[in-house]
Amino acid sequence: MTAAQTSAHPLVAASGLTKRFAAPRSLSDMFSGHQPHVHAVDGIDLRIARGESVGLLGESGCGKTTTGRLLLKLTEPSAGSIAFDGVAIDTLKGNALTAFRKRAQLVFQNPFDALNPRFTIERVLAEPLVNTGVERASHSDKVEKALAQVRLPPLSRFEGLFPHQLSGGQLQRIVLARALVLEPDFIVADEPVSMLDVSVRAGVLNVMREVRATLGLAALYISHDLALVRYVCSTTLVMYLGKIVEQGPTADLLKTPLHPYTRALVNAVPVPRVDQSHEPLPIIGNVSDARGQPRGCRFRERCPMAVARCAEEEPPLRDCGQGRRVACHLA
Amino acid sequence: MASSTRGCRMAAPDMAARRTTVASGLASKLARLLRDPFTVAGLTIYAVLIIVAVFADLLMTHDPGEILFRANGRVAANQPPSAAYLLGTTNLGRDVYSQLIGGSRIALVVGFTAAICVAAFGTLIGLLAGYFGGKLDAILMRLADLALAIPFLPFAIVLAGFSRSSTTNVIVAVVLLLWPNTARVIRAQVLTVKERAYVEAARVTGASDARILFVHVAPNILPLTFLYGSVAIGWAILTEAAVSFVGFGDAKNISWGYMLQDAFVSQALSRGSWHWFVPPGLCIILVVIAGFFIARGAEDVLFPKLRS
Amino acid sequence: MSNQPVLDVRDLSVEYRTARGVVRAVDGISFSVPKGAILGLVGESGCGKTTVARSITGVLHQSARIAGGELLLHGRDLVSGPPKAWLDARWREISFVPQSAMNSLDPVYRIGNQIEEVLIHRGGKTRAAARARASTLFEMVGLNPGRLDEYPHQFSGGMRQRVAIALALALNPSLVIADEPVTALDVIVQRQILDVIRDLQRRLSLSMILVTHDISVVAYLCDQVVVMYAGRVVESGGTRDVLERPRHPYTMGLTNAFPDLESAAHDLVPIDGSPPDLSQSLAGCRFQPRCPFALPVCSSDDPQTKTAGSGTRFACHRHADSDMLRRQSRDIATWQRPQ
Repeated sequence: MTAAQTSAHPLVAASGLTKRFAAPRSLSDMFSGHQPHVHAVDGIDLRIARGESVGLLGESGCGKTTTGRLLLKLTEPSAGSIAFDGVAIDTLKGNALTAFRKRAQLVFQNPFDALNPRFTIERVLAEPLVNTGVERASHSDKVEKALAQVRLPPLSRFEGLFPHQLSGGQLQRIVLARALVLEPDFIVADEPVSMLDVSVRAGVLNVMREVRATLGLAALYISHDLALVRYVCSTTLVMYLGKIVEQGPTADLLKTPLHPYTRALVNAVPVPRVDQSHEPLPIIGNVSDARGQPRGCRFRERCPMAVARCAEEEPPLRDCGQGRRVACHLA
Repeated sequence: MASSTRGCRMAAPDMAARRTTVASGLASKLARLLRDPFTVAGLTIYAVLIIVAVFADLLMTHDPGEILFRANGRVAANQPPSAAYLLGTTNLGRDVYSQLIGGSRIALVVGFTAAICVAAFGTLIGLLAGYFGGKLDAILMRLADLALAIPFLPFAIVLAGFSRSSTTNVIVAVVLLLWPNTARVIRAQVLTVKERAYVEAARVTGASDARILFVHVAPNILPLTFLYGSVAIGWAILTEAAVSFVGFGDAKNISWGYMLQDAFVSQALSRGSWHWFVPPGLCIILVVIAGFFIARGAEDVLFPKLRS
Repeated sequence: MSNQPVLDVRDLSVEYRTARGVVRAVDGISFSVPKGAILGLVGESGCGKTTVARSITGVLHQSARIAGGELLLHGRDLVSGPPKAWLDARWREISFVPQSAMNSLDPVYRIGNQIEEVLIHRGGKTRAAARARASTLFEMVGLNPGRLDEYPHQFSGGMRQRVAIALALALNPSLVIADEPVTALDVIVQRQILDVIRDLQRRLSLSMILVTHDISVVAYLCDQVVVMYAGRVVESGGTRDVLERPRHPYTMGLTNAFPDLESAAHDLVPIDGSPPDLSQSLAGCRFQPRCPFALPVCSSDDPQTKTAGSGTRFACHRHADSDMLRRQSRDIATWQRPQ
């Protein structure tokens, strides 16, 4: 790949990305031969530039984790395409796939489950290098470098230790170091601190922010936590039932949300201060079912502002200046 | 919920740091196993069996097939236990004690060979079916259903009868019929292990399917393989005995089952020759029970949540 | 209305028998729940907050026992009293909202029937009266009484949590204990449940203990807060005073470490290290190994609990310096130490 090419396109570009899962069939489905589907991700477009940090915000079941897995080729899309550094990843095999794996890494949500319990810390960290065929002589240097990047002591301090002997905060740094040891260009972090205690969480977040900045990593942070997204992401996408409903610079998006769903999310987060709004949320009921979506806006049943048009046509994600886009007829 | 699992994981710093991974995991499990009296009993029985089989030549007082004669030149048939014939003789004048010792060898060969094959074959099939899923899984599991649907003893007899009656055929029959139990349990376990985040971590860091399967998944289900292997030992010995008892055994090898058949046909029961048929029966029972004792203890260690 | 607190916890200790010996998960803690107030019991995983909640409800794990102290409900001690009195107090006097409502509802019975069972067997109501009460309870927590005849799996997580609250309120208890009632829920549902709790607490002037790891939830709901660390209370008092003027370094750390949507521009300040292993015998202040302000005395002597002018109680050897320490604690460099 030449330098001219690399600057021409974003690092990650997905268009029309769709992932359907077969839903359980009812009795009548079985007779009619109909197979219902759940659209976990429904035709989303996404671009992440080199060194950019993007937040993917949404509630459980909105398709944010599936999106992350699609971008890393851990699951195959039902439709749409993903290009990584200008190359379509759907047909990657063999060495090309290994080369992609080296450049795109994942940071897991649950550090207590993300490390093989039978591997020593040393082996955990060297494993990616073994898998991708990096020459053995350079392993210890690369592992030490990754440990230093996540502000952990050198490997000698973990001599013979197994994952269960470390605390949650240390484990999550190990998980991050494992991703960094391959010197990737892109990382997906799926709820990277939600399993950690607050006092430890801040340390891990700071390390992630620092690493991203110094290494110029592009990152997708998947989270339900607005404060996390605010803290680490320059751009944020808000997902609702498989669709992106709003995107824009994080600070603006959270300060003046355009989509009623984003507004409800922002208002819903309690802040650690005694003086805060106790106004009721501008939202109705619960998340509806992603299965068999009717026409129109997906949010309309919960939207306090919905009008007749919202039931008729689905709002497209349209540009509204200053890098912001929103999918709402009324915004 | 999350916090409680976290608590458990962190609250185990007492384990000394060890270098080798699988070995250390197994070692700690083994240490716990050895605290269970049933397991210790089972392991002791197996140990005795192995020792006896290995030193059978030294322990036997006569050739098990040899027809013995008394000083007066008559066949030493139906002798009660004595110093010369520790467990008496059969109706054809063969030494029961030596047959019993010789039988341990066949039991060991059949039991362990079959068990190792069952564990290996079942584990491999279970791993492949569970890990790859889809069509491969469907085919392998239907095969397993088929094997499970075949009645055990008749199949073993037919197989032994159709080809030459040999110990090898008995082993083949045992393996063909017992692998599905192991394969199914291994498959179920693979399905859960496969969902663990560290398996996905291996994939995203570029590990091949083979590496994920054998380096990340298999070691975590190895204890189950041992469990099913230890049960299979008992089953194999029992099957060999049953096949021999109904007369389809390998006539050249005098196994415990063959001894029982010999005693049965010669009406040892009605003659009250307990010294002839009780010892081989007892040996079969002990070895089969040993397998279950070990399995029981292993279950405690592998699935502690089953018991409070 | 008397000034007597609904519940007075005095010097409570709870021990667990484990493979590694006896672990004192709760070590001599005291606090009281005033009538008509929500008290937040806050701390990180393993600090003993859930054990405290379970002790009060009388549903400790089999391996745990109350090793000392008193639990005075309306002035009567539950610990030294007859076990039957404690059993009777459950539901009627003290009720419990669990973290995961799915586990507390039986999947094979209709939700309405489950509420009625409690009303009939523990509350001595007739079936008709129980039915009527169940409808009222459903309305109180914002559920449609028409759905009483549905099964738990037909309800979403948030709705099940509402059912759990309705169940807890069934017999008008004098104290409701909620253990992480919104932790498993999504942001919006979380807020809706918090609003249900807040609304009901105001209307019925409930007395509550809310166990949580989230100081935002405390800030949103609670009148009083008790901060726990490694089995002890480090600071307790009015929510505003404790959160705005923390006096114990751990509380200071906790408030700094919390990401805040409205003021996220500054750096989050982490607390290095992890809580001590409670199966070991510990000398001095338990936060001392992680505390940037620790003095030699902190590792040898237990700090005395002091009462500030505002009524906030806290246990720190450097109680006289708390204003200065609070200023220093906002600087990330204070908390950084060489590896």
